[in-house]
Amino acid sequence: MSTILIIEQILNGLQLGIMLFLMAAGLTLIFGVMGLINLAHGSLYMVGAFAASTVANLTGSFLAALVAALTAAAFAGALVETLIIRRLYRAPHLDQVLATFALILIFSEGTRLVFGSFPLYLDIPSALAGPITLPGGIAYSKYRLALIVIGLVVALGLWCLIERTRLGTQIRAGENDREMIAALGVDISKLYTIVFALGAALAGLAGALVGAIQSVQVGMGEPVLILAFVVIVIGGIGSIRGAFVGALLVGLTDTLGGVFLPELFALFLEPGAAQRTGSALASMSIYILMGAVLVWRPSGLFGARA
Amino acid sequence: MRIHETAVNTAVLLALLSVPAFAWWTDEPFTITLATRAAVLALAAVGLNILLGIGGLVSFGHAVFFGLGGYAMAILAFHAQNYTELNLGIGVIDGTNSMPVIWLVAIIVSAITACLIGLLSLRTSGVYFIMITLAFGQMFYYFAISWSTYGGEDGVSIYVRNQFPGLNTLDPIQFFLLCFGLLCFTLFVTARVQRSAFGVALNATRQSRARAEAVGLRPVRLQLVAFALSGAITGLAGALFADLNRFVSPSMFSWQLSGELIVLVIIGGVGRLIGPVIGACVFVALEHLLGGLTEYWHIALGAILLGIVLFGRGGVLGLLTGQDGARV
Amino acid sequence: MSEAVLTTHKLCKRFGALSATDDVSITLLPDEIHAVIGPNGAGKSTLIQQICGSLRPDSGRVELLGRDISIFDTAARARAGIARTFQVSQLAMEDTVLQNAVLGAIGSRGISWRMWRNAQQTPTLIARADTALERVGLIEHRDTVCANLSHGQRRQLEVAVALTLEPKAFIMDEPMAGLGAEGSKTLTAFLDGLRLEAPILLVEHDMDAVFALADRISVLVYGKVIATGSAAEIRNSAAVREAYLGDAT
Repeated sequence: MSTILIIEQILNGLQLGIMLFLMAAGLTLIFGVMGLINLAHGSLYMVGAFAASTVANLTGSFLAALVAALTAAAFAGALVETLIIRRLYRAPHLDQVLATFALILIFSEGTRLVFGSFPLYLDIPSALAGPITLPGGIAYSKYRLALIVIGLVVALGLWCLIERTRLGTQIRAGENDREMIAALGVDISKLYTIVFALGAALAGLAGALVGAIQSVQVGMGEPVLILAFVVIVIGGIGSIRGAFVGALLVGLTDTLGGVFLPELFALFLEPGAAQRTGSALASMSIYILMGAVLVWRPSGLFGARA
Repeated sequence: MRIHETAVNTAVLLALLSVPAFAWWTDEPFTITLATRAAVLALAAVGLNILLGIGGLVSFGHAVFFGLGGYAMAILAFHAQNYTELNLGIGVIDGTNSMPVIWLVAIIVSAITACLIGLLSLRTSGVYFIMITLAFGQMFYYFAISWSTYGGEDGVSIYVRNQFPGLNTLDPIQFFLLCFGLLCFTLFVTARVQRSAFGVALNATRQSRARAEAVGLRPVRLQLVAFALSGAITGLAGALFADLNRFVSPSMFSWQLSGELIVLVIIGGVGRLIGPVIGACVFVALEHLLGGLTEYWHIALGAILLGIVLFGRGGVLGLLTGQDGARV
Repeated sequence: MSEAVLTTHKLCKRFGALSATDDVSITLLPDEIHAVIGPNGAGKSTLIQQICGSLRPDSGRVELLGRDISIFDTAARARAGIARTFQVSQLAMEDTVLQNAVLGAIGSRGISWRMWRNAQQTPTLIARADTALERVGLIEHRDTVCANLSHGQRRQLEVAVALTLEPKAFIMDEPMAGLGAEGSKTLTAFLDGLRLEAPILLVEHDMDAVFALADRISVLVYGKVIATGSAAEIRNSAAVREAYLGDAT
């Protein structure tokens, strides 16, 4: 196996991981601050992708599409938070699960009603189309590389927001002691709406960015949502740092497992069986990773000890 | 109150029995099939209700057991219909088209898997538990898709319904009665378990874990047994569902199905014996009636569900009896 | 001096820089009520948790009737004979009073694996539950759902559930909390008789009850036992006066 292939697959894994981080960061933030498990986060991812695709087709500008994705997802998030989600913060987890499951049904079928069942397409901007030659002579997709860079910039921005700004201080305080920050005069319901919209915007951005390399369709959000759950379980609920490490682990495991496990089995099985066993195991690899982390540290790598 | 509840239970089961009986009279096999679908989904939800309603554990991965039951049926029947042998790695067996054997396999495989998933997921609680069960569900889903021996994404079709001694299972009303009988039997067992020492202990553990431990109970052990029992029943339902459709596909493992199973329990009334049966009947009726009006009926389902969560905790039984369901 | 029923040996538990219990060694003798008092944050709750097994000490051990039970989990300690009541009632609120009492009988007899027989029609369980309810005066409420009980009745039920365990030692965390004067008096009289069945380690803020009941009192301050002795000895202890009143005389 060539070094070039390995590096290429590592980059692919990083790219998947970074996109998962955008999803997981919002989820873990919302859980950490408001104590809410939001299954409809995948719907916001989908909203971002559809908004981007629609605007891109109208204007032809990818940048405008990204802005549209951020705005639409943040708006949808704020709307849903104000109408429904805020009644659920003190509710049992089962109620949260059910209500947000109901929201998935409404979002998905609503989108199908408006856009139909056929996938939409979002084109990669021409400036980022095609490969770029990296040092060492490795040709790699410019767009995927751009995704990694954008994701890292967003992660850095998120870190600055939480560690360095007034809003971030309130968010961190909200994770520790809700009553206290309310007593200090922070408008808690506004803070919650902002946090929810922020999480939604991150999901929407991820949806738009990934939408350009996959198709934009109803139901695209939920598989990513469940991967993001795996990320959170591995990283520890409420920890942004955990989400980052968890996302990279999951991204790399999934990508590298899919490529290398069949190769590994080919060493001692006949090719057909190796391919089958390898790919079946690869599809399970991240869940095995999750199980291993659970045995080792039930509250995740960076989670507070339960 | 006990008498009242028994009366409601009997009335619900009689209603479920009367619909296909009437359809049989008027020769409408499709209605019988709908009733069978309701009975089988009810059985699956009865299984989930043990874990969710009594145990208080929100499993968002119960489709795993539904799917395992389905694939247990499909694999055994697939080898029986092709006259091929099934290599288990430790030995070779023949397929079978005997329902009792298939059911037993479905129950055992589901119970063992439930124990394994339970051992891992019960190390945590709350939201973690929900996310982990959801993730394991997805694991089985992707595994089924990549398992090309049994159709991968396309699933497996079984051409002839499996056999039950003394019955013609291809006759809709006979197959319905078989499923209905299993449902009633399972409800009876569940009622016994619910009132047994185990049931009292499990129910108290849901309400106060500290209390349970302080009287010498081990919550995880109780929950693990509940998980196995719950998975076994849902697995049995999966085998019946596969026989009803004579087809299985990875969608039996899907997270949507896990969500729908929870919805069935909620619509009826959490933790109540007959709740899942009511939930399944209402669900199948909605699916048929609204689904006939518009292909976007899931929007209406979502709205109904939101209404139940935000305004009425007890589901249909809550409306009927004025009592809330179990708090989970 | 007769042999101690319950002993803690140099229990230590630190949370970061804070020492919640610091070398706490106390004994509970047969037939006695041993009260543990101290200002808020003195480490009384942490001590109870370590005795009952819900918190693992950093060092030290707990013995019940001379047997080291330090490695036991909460459930095992309960079955070995430690019955605990909670400061904030921990009951199955959706269940009836009887079901809660039966739960105690199920737990202590270790029969939670029984999945067929109706627990509420099992004579041995019912007898044990009814006896306990009778004694705390809740028998006429046996079919009331717990959520509909008054605060005082819930406190009584806490004690009743502990009775169903037929324990070797009671650990009671502020059983008087929230009871009115009348309720406290009744419970005080009841606990006074209960000590002959099994000794009671009593954590309590109600000083009237403490001084009326306790054979011995230990004063816990910043995780340390600063004095142990009879009510009179504690009243006159210079260390206690200093801790509570700040006057070093």
